[in-house]
Amino acid sequence: MDSPEHTIEVEKLYKRYGKVEAVNGISFKVAKGQIVGFLGPNGAGKSTTMKILTGYSRATSGIARICGIPVACHAHEIKRRIGYMPENNPLPLELRVREYLKWRARLKELPFRHRGKRIDEVMERCDLTRAQDRIIGKLSKGFRQRVGIADAILAHPEVIIMDEPTIGLDPHQVIMIRDLISSLQGKMSVIISSHILSEIEMTCDEVIIINHGKIVGQGTPQELRESFINSTIYELEINGSLADLRQSLKTLAANLDVDKFEEADERGFSKVTIRIPGNHDYGEMLFSCLSDNPLIRARSLRKRQAPLEDVFLAATRRSWETLDTDLAEHSESEDSDSEKTEMPAAN
Amino acid sequence: MRHFFTLLRNELWKLLITPSTYIAAFLFLLIMGFLFQLILLDYANDPKEENPSITFFKLFFIPVFFMVPLLTMKSVAEERASGTIENLMTTPVTVTEVILSKFAAGYIYYTLLWAFTGSFHILFFSFVQKDSIFDPYPIIGGYAYIAISGALFLSQGIFASSLTRSQLIAGIVSFTLVFGFIVVGSYLDELALLWVNQPEWIDTLAKHTDVLQHMRDFSSGIIDTRAIVLYVSCSLAFLFMSILIVEYSEGGS
Repeated sequence: MDSPEHTIEVEKLYKRYGKVEAVNGISFKVAKGQIVGFLGPNGAGKSTTMKILTGYSRATSGIARICGIPVACHAHEIKRRIGYMPENNPLPLELRVREYLKWRARLKELPFRHRGKRIDEVMERCDLTRAQDRIIGKLSKGFRQRVGIADAILAHPEVIIMDEPTIGLDPHQVIMIRDLISSLQGKMSVIISSHILSEIEMTCDEVIIINHGKIVGQGTPQELRESFINSTIYELEINGSLADLRQSLKTLAANLDVDKFEEADERGFSKVTIRIPGNHDYGEMLFSCLSDNPLIRARSLRKRQAPLEDVFLAATRRSWETLDTDLAEHSESEDSDSEKTEMPAAN
Repeated sequence: MRHFFTLLRNELWKLLITPSTYIAAFLFLLIMGFLFQLILLDYANDPKEENPSITFFKLFFIPVFFMVPLLTMKSVAEERASGTIENLMTTPVTVTEVILSKFAAGYIYYTLLWAFTGSFHILFFSFVQKDSIFDPYPIIGGYAYIAISGALFLSQGIFASSLTRSQLIAGIVSFTLVFGFIVVGSYLDELALLWVNQPEWIDTLAKHTDVLQHMRDFSSGIIDTRAIVLYVSCSLAFLFMSILIVEYSEGGS
């Protein structure tokens, strides 16, 4: 159990609420110091997985380990190693910020001699120092969110689990939290769930996409792009007609197509989006082909990386399609079963 | 029990900084003062043998009916509704520590409120009855009963609160439990008259559960250990059940 390579290990985790499978056989590992982002539509099973990891909720079956310790049989032990910020960040509204953090530090068994210093440190890092004497109930949502984050990192936990930490923050605060999370890289393992996909992309080493309680995509943002987005997109600004452009593109490759052609601005330049199936690098060839055509003048050309939104949509869509096929097959087999049972009755 | 005092301190601090604590205390003392004054008026019009302090203790159930549900309905239900229980249960505290700290904080507040009513007796004996012999035992017995029974009523309240996330339901269940224990317990033999061929054990049980009789005994200076065992064991049972419920719903493993 001494300093295992992976701080979080999840194997075939299931959680059932009645007939609903909230978590359906999830397995993943998080290495020491890695930041992992959980993505998924509402009700996908992100929060449930996080709750199981913290020992707050029981799994129906499967194994979850924090720092090599099984959560199910040593829930008390793993609570010393985690910092958790639940969804909606519930806080006691009648306490003052400093009072609350002091109480939490005592509960989290932070040694007395380090307590005051550590509280000052986390308040400084979360920009809470000027609000330390204010009552939590009277703080804005952004401040409250930062109190929750300060609490999660308070006791130097080995694993930090945060359920939507940047919800309700303004762009300045989002940048601050992003920097804060990035600064934890290499020191603590962090799992965050978020709906702001650009946030996940900027801060996380790895992304896990969950839908219907199953992992539908896992890897670095780049790996996910390569596996889910099977096209290359170029954006260019040209002065010329669409027909001329199509003509030029045909000389380059048959499968090049203009996806979008916007109207020309006052200087005669139009924005054009070109989509090419597969992952190719046509940048240089596009440049030379455009400069060869005297009827077209190009002002800019850039390759657009598919946003994580597209990856997310593609991954979840694929899982829905699989689910639909499963359901269709299931209902077909049920129909044939019922026919079989009806047959003897007819005879 | 490492975190018990940390949790208790926080619970007491929260009570201290909440205005509703002071409002509840003020209203409680107002009602109790009003009751005491009514008793004295009654004694002035129609002198009786019995010490007015004993009559005052006989009415102990009136504040218990409303104070206990109001004091305890918040304890677990509010934490559950606001979600702060999730924050609490993901730190290295045990459910036993959480429940016991909530019970202890409520109990300290409850006994303090009753301790303030001691001033009524002091005023009464030092001004009105200053010439007569002061007998402290009924008062000591009365307060001892209130302290022992308070443990049971508050544990019933904590139990009701641990069942639900709605404070209203917790309050209603708590009131029903306290009312049931006091009224049904005291009039069990009368209620059992509806039973044709009333079995003997009902009679025996009714002797043990007669709350009003316990109060009369204690306030006349009879400290009955059977009653003490009943209240202490029942309150431990209710606290234990609350721990089990919270452990099952929020304790993880």
